[in-house]
Amino acid sequence: MEAKPSSKQTGMSLFPVYAITLLLAITAIIIIVMYYMLTGRGTRFDIGWFLSETSPYMWGSIGVGLCISLSVVGAAWGIFTTGSSILGGGVKAPRIKTKNLISIIFCEAVAIYGIILAIVIGNKLGKYDPLESNLDVIRDSHYAGFQIFAAGINVGICNLACGLCVGIVGSGAALADAQNSALFVKILIIEIFGSAIGLFGIIVAILQISSAKMGVQ
Amino acid sequence: MYSMPEITFNIDHGYLEGLVRGFKAGILTQTDYLNLVQCETLDDLKLHLQSTDYGNFLANEPSPLTVSVIDDKLKEKMVVEFQHLRNHCLEPLATFLDYITYSYMIDNIILLITGTLHQRPLSELIPKCHPLGSFEQMEAIHIASTPAELYNAVLVDTPLAPYFIDCILEQDLDEMNTEIIRNTLYKAYLEDFYAFCQETGGATADVMCEALSFEADRRAFIITINSFGTELTKDDRSKLYPHCGKLYPAGLARLAQADDYDQVRAVADCFTEYKELFEGAGTNPGDKTLEDKFFEHEVKLMKNAFMQQFHFGVFYSYVKLKEQENRNIIWISECVAQQHRAKIDSYIPIF
Repeated sequence: MEAKPSSKQTGMSLFPVYAITLLLAITAIIIIVMYYMLTGRGTRFDIGWFLSETSPYMWGSIGVGLCISLSVVGAAWGIFTTGSSILGGGVKAPRIKTKNLISIIFCEAVAIYGIILAIVIGNKLGKYDPLESNLDVIRDSHYAGFQIFAAGINVGICNLACGLCVGIVGSGAALADAQNSALFVKILIIEIFGSAIGLFGIIVAILQISSAKMGVQ
Repeated sequence: MYSMPEITFNIDHGYLEGLVRGFKAGILTQTDYLNLVQCETLDDLKLHLQSTDYGNFLANEPSPLTVSVIDDKLKEKMVVEFQHLRNHCLEPLATFLDYITYSYMIDNIILLITGTLHQRPLSELIPKCHPLGSFEQMEAIHIASTPAELYNAVLVDTPLAPYFIDCILEQDLDEMNTEIIRNTLYKAYLEDFYAFCQETGGATADVMCEALSFEADRRAFIITINSFGTELTKDDRSKLYPHCGKLYPAGLARLAQADDYDQVRAVADCFTEYKELFEGAGTNPGDKTLEDKFFEHEVKLMKNAFMQQFHFGVFYSYVKLKEQENRNIIWISECVAQQHRAKIDSYIPIF
């Protein structure tokens, strides 16, 4: 069948908004780059300089922040996905409401992983004075900053994906349970496996920061 | 929304999807039907229905129950549920649910036109309209005598207006005309709904395109079979075929040339799913009619829609399954009321 658009409109396409934003961003970058190039200051684009001059505290703190915030986003997303289905399914089958709290708890666990890891990697932040410490301490501290940053992102994104996954499976579990209560335990097992993928991120993150030494400890 | 509907679907539609699946769990099962078939009188039937999800929906009716009262109450129950969903939904589900009502609107318009042609009073016709497809301008339909008037006076403000553009003629409305209008409207409606579902994408497109393709093909077959022996020319007939089914384009071209039932059957033989339907159908006593086979296939498709989550198809399926259930109950109650039990088993079981 020839592609004919439907006669009914539902809302507006956001494509122009994205396109214009992207276009403006690319134009701005090109103008800045050309300006530096043409005024003979092209060497200012130096990634190594950027990495060595930024404070390891910034990297560490961003890592800790992303760790907890992305985990919470994942947990929240999972909880509302599951929750809205439990509410809908619970209208006609009220018996599902207590049993399916387990799905909500699985999502909640994702946020708890995030908190625990944020505390663990946050403890690695130590004090040092970049002007007076010796070079070894400064080198270790920079390295530790990047490690904490990477660990934080790792845990955050893993938990975000884990939360979405558990939420979607939990939503299916609630609706399946409402139709046939024999299915609940079976789908719960799938949910447990979904919940386990968040743990992989945590294990790797702990390994990542195990050698981090920030400051004089 | 378009690439991974699972992630964002529940923000707007999660509650209603759960609710409609809850409604679906209340659809009568095979055991319920076996009980209903055993009934001796309509009051027995009422008693049995009380033990199902219908509850005491007939409680306030005076005792000599008639089939038409049951029919009205069944429709009312479905409409109340549908309106509840419609009142709580957000876009694009709202538009999707509106699309479902358009087919009932088309049927109502045709019913009113045909009734007016036969000089029936409006007060008698309005209660016969399906409440799901009622709209404000409905009562003004009797003033129209040509399709152009019908469009300008009545339909221009309704959502059906874009579908009507193809059938504005200055001829007077007669029986043949109204059938053509019905089928042209339906064709435009199905193609539009199909396009909308494709734009929505995801599992909605998977489920709904399948269902709407079947609906389109069913209409094409039925139009062809019903047109034999009428004055409808082959050219006019081929204009009525909806172009969104699996028959399009090759099958429709062959259907347009068909002269009798056997040729229609030959077309269906090229398509596996339709071949089975035509093979099982027959006119001998004990055989199922082609119409019933189509209904059975529809029920199968609609049940499959519930196998996927996070899509709008369940709402369409629910309405269609409920409609089939209403037909079943009405069939059984007709058989019970007329004490004509030989064919009472030809209802179409759903679960």
